[in-house]
Amino acid sequence: MAAALLRFITCGSVDDGKSTLLGRLLYDAGMLADDQLEALRRDSTKRGGAALDFALVTDGLDAEREQGITIDVAWRYFHTARRSFIVGDCPGHEQYTRNMATGASQVDLAVVLVDARKGLLPQTRRHTYICALLGIRRIILAVNKMDLVGLDADVYASIVEPYRAMAATMGIESVDALPVVAPEGDNVGLRSTRMPWYQGPSLVELLESMDAEVAPPQHFRLPVQWVNRPDQHFRGYAGTVCGGRVAVGEEVLVQPGGQHARVERIVGSSFDLAEAFSGQAVTLCLDRELDISRGDVIAAAAQPAPVADQFGCHLVWFGDAPLLPNRSYLLRLGTATVNARITAIKHKVDVNTQAPLAARRLELNEVGYCNIDLDRPLAFESYADNRELGGFILVDRQSNATVACGMLDFALQRANNIHWQHTDVDKSTRALAKGQQPLCLWFTGLSGAGKSTIANLVERKLAAQGFHTYLLDGDNLRHGLNVDLGFTAESRVENVRRVAEVAHLMVDAGLVVLVCVISPFAGERDFARRRFAEGEFVEVFVDTPLADCEERDPKGLYAKARAGRISNFTGIDSPYERPAAPELHLNTEGQRAEQLAEQVLAYLQERLG
Amino acid sequence: MQRLSHLDDLEAEGIQVLREVFACFRRPVMLYSIGKDSTVLLHLLRKACRPAPPPLPLLHVDTTWKFREMIAFRDRVADHGDVRMLVHVNQDGVRQGISPLTHGAAVHTDVMKTQALKQALDQYQFDAAIGGARRDEEKSRAKERIFSFRSAQHRWDPKQQRPELWRTWNTQLRTGESVRVFPLSNWTELDVWEYIRRERIEVVPLYFARERPVVERDGALIMVDDERFVLREGERIEQRRVRFRTLGCYPLTGAIESDASSLDAIIEEMRASRSSERQGRIIDHDGASSMEKKKQEGYF
Repeated sequence: MAAALLRFITCGSVDDGKSTLLGRLLYDAGMLADDQLEALRRDSTKRGGAALDFALVTDGLDAEREQGITIDVAWRYFHTARRSFIVGDCPGHEQYTRNMATGASQVDLAVVLVDARKGLLPQTRRHTYICALLGIRRIILAVNKMDLVGLDADVYASIVEPYRAMAATMGIESVDALPVVAPEGDNVGLRSTRMPWYQGPSLVELLESMDAEVAPPQHFRLPVQWVNRPDQHFRGYAGTVCGGRVAVGEEVLVQPGGQHARVERIVGSSFDLAEAFSGQAVTLCLDRELDISRGDVIAAAAQPAPVADQFGCHLVWFGDAPLLPNRSYLLRLGTATVNARITAIKHKVDVNTQAPLAARRLELNEVGYCNIDLDRPLAFESYADNRELGGFILVDRQSNATVACGMLDFALQRANNIHWQHTDVDKSTRALAKGQQPLCLWFTGLSGAGKSTIANLVERKLAAQGFHTYLLDGDNLRHGLNVDLGFTAESRVENVRRVAEVAHLMVDAGLVVLVCVISPFAGERDFARRRFAEGEFVEVFVDTPLADCEERDPKGLYAKARAGRISNFTGIDSPYERPAAPELHLNTEGQRAEQLAEQVLAYLQERLG
Repeated sequence: MQRLSHLDDLEAEGIQVLREVFACFRRPVMLYSIGKDSTVLLHLLRKACRPAPPPLPLLHVDTTWKFREMIAFRDRVADHGDVRMLVHVNQDGVRQGISPLTHGAAVHTDVMKTQALKQALDQYQFDAAIGGARRDEEKSRAKERIFSFRSAQHRWDPKQQRPELWRTWNTQLRTGESVRVFPLSNWTELDVWEYIRRERIEVVPLYFARERPVVERDGALIMVDDERFVLREGERIEQRRVRFRTLGCYPLTGAIESDASSLDAIIEEMRASRSSERQGRIIDHDGASSMEKKKQEGYF
């Protein structure tokens, strides 16, 4: 088995006979053991069939066996005398776009299945598009169920030719096509004798001879995965080379910082190496001590990777909750983890037709083209050039779920043209002039909880004591800065982001800022917190039961919401996520506003001195 | 253009997974079961951190019913000195006298293996446990992730598993949650043996054919490894030339008759083999989805 391991996926719907084709492939390769065959015979009979139901070979989990559909990528392993294979069985329904993207990210080749009776369907187009989006450039088109169209060469040609044309428009470089009858095994393991008009290889022969691997990226790149520093005598940067090659003595650049060094030693998996190439997991030692950590990229000095913090990218949304522009997510690219937010959804893509559509949010399994902003610059490559340094995932900060995968396109020029202007007078200078420690008091709670009343009392006392303060009230800001925003989830995210940015500027100016906004989502409060230095942000949870707020109803809003005259009202038809660990938790039941303000002041007394 | 061979490809992937664990978790551990997969895993662990010693301990959950040759092998590995070997036994189970011979495979495995593992993970507060499971072992493992998430109660929820793209893993955890990590996910049984041969890795001698004292019971050949094994009526001990494809508790592990006494012969035998690896494991046969249920309960 000298040939390299071949990883590929199969795409198609249950109706296309994908599971059957895969089961048959394993059977023809001699991979089904006697006890597995026995179980297959038993299960096939239980399902009421006389012939072997090859689809049962690959259906794994209970739940999907009961539903009769495959819901997750299943990985199978088989070998022939000539080669070893790993095949990902991807579910094909539209609601499983995420699974197909997941499978496609691991391979360089896809087998796309079409039912000869139905020809090219929107789903065929969808499967091909997702493969192309994830960087697959080679496809094998298997036209199945040929027996049901009389093994007709014309039917076959009427499917293959338009498919090739369509695939070419999506950037697929090569399409190999073949006619099959999966249950009987025609052109699966052996060449069929029933379709003499097809003279090409069988599926197994095609796979055995396929050189699916895309040429690895040219320039040397090593994302630092782990700094190996057992003692003061050794310091090595471990990672997997994801482009080009590097040799001992060569000059490299550490990005995004830009420090230069020479490679002194390459530690391989068994012994030291003179050079390392793409795909190898190695450890580099450099000739000088630099501050390098996980997430940095070691690159060829002569061909550095671009560095940026704003990009255009494709996103495939996986989350159950929709993507909201401006919400902060964790982004993982290569080995780096940073904070990121989508600043604009340029358009979403109809996965069946690839037509661009206007969109304010992305739902589960939708694909969109977006602008993304990182909180610090990263070395990257466009996904078309380098999957490892161009493919990223987004992680929800609250649930830790992987909510999207993305493919970087190019850096937005904006990032190159807008620079941070350094100013000589800084926050500590301004704070010193005011003789105080700047701070942000963030009051969160339901509408009518008493946020503004308490904050107002606190500000009065602080001002009386000579503190320089400012009170940012959510309602008041909606008359000016946020006049364009409504109350949908997207608008609430943007509302809180703007308020947090303004508060941040004011703290930078040296003020003690009091913010009163409902800020119902934990994600945005967390975003606000991270705009401030450690200890500068004080979350004050004004905890008033919904019933009390509704009874007080100072602005008559609850009555309107209950009457259905306003929608997206927090506590009624829009959620409030209670803070898990606020600095101050004000339980308002049975307390007067003055007492609650005193609690805040007592807390500040300790903090402000 | 240079390309990795098939085994180099799998080795590099395994090393990358291990380094991700070194970098991203506070208290990782490697579960060491003494078998061939664990042995390959330990070999990769040593490679992943060269030239330093492994930065995490090994944990062996000892059911007290392992083959004596396995325990001797484990102790030799521990004596090597570069890794710390933790051994955990469920003492409650010992006090209750749990035995596979009297309580049956299911109870024994649950108490001495599944419960014991949970006890150890809780006691040491491990947040990442590396195991040698492979996807090709069993149907329900075909969809298992490389980083497989467990709730604070160690439960595996197939609906809550995170999609894995490229080799960009999401390793974020909340307090109490943990992750099981499977660097050998993409290896097959044949890959494991070919790698053992290529790398000249020492494995427990029980994998090689030899004359051993066995009893035929419930259609399986059980090796009589110590005096705790009580013969049923009509049973008798015979010397047969056998070896094991997988290793576990000796009363629950069926031997196969074989002449394969070298790595070459094992690989040759496997290429011609018509039965799957886990067939010798008595625990897997309780029902169509028994492995899936055990996983949900926390079995590795």
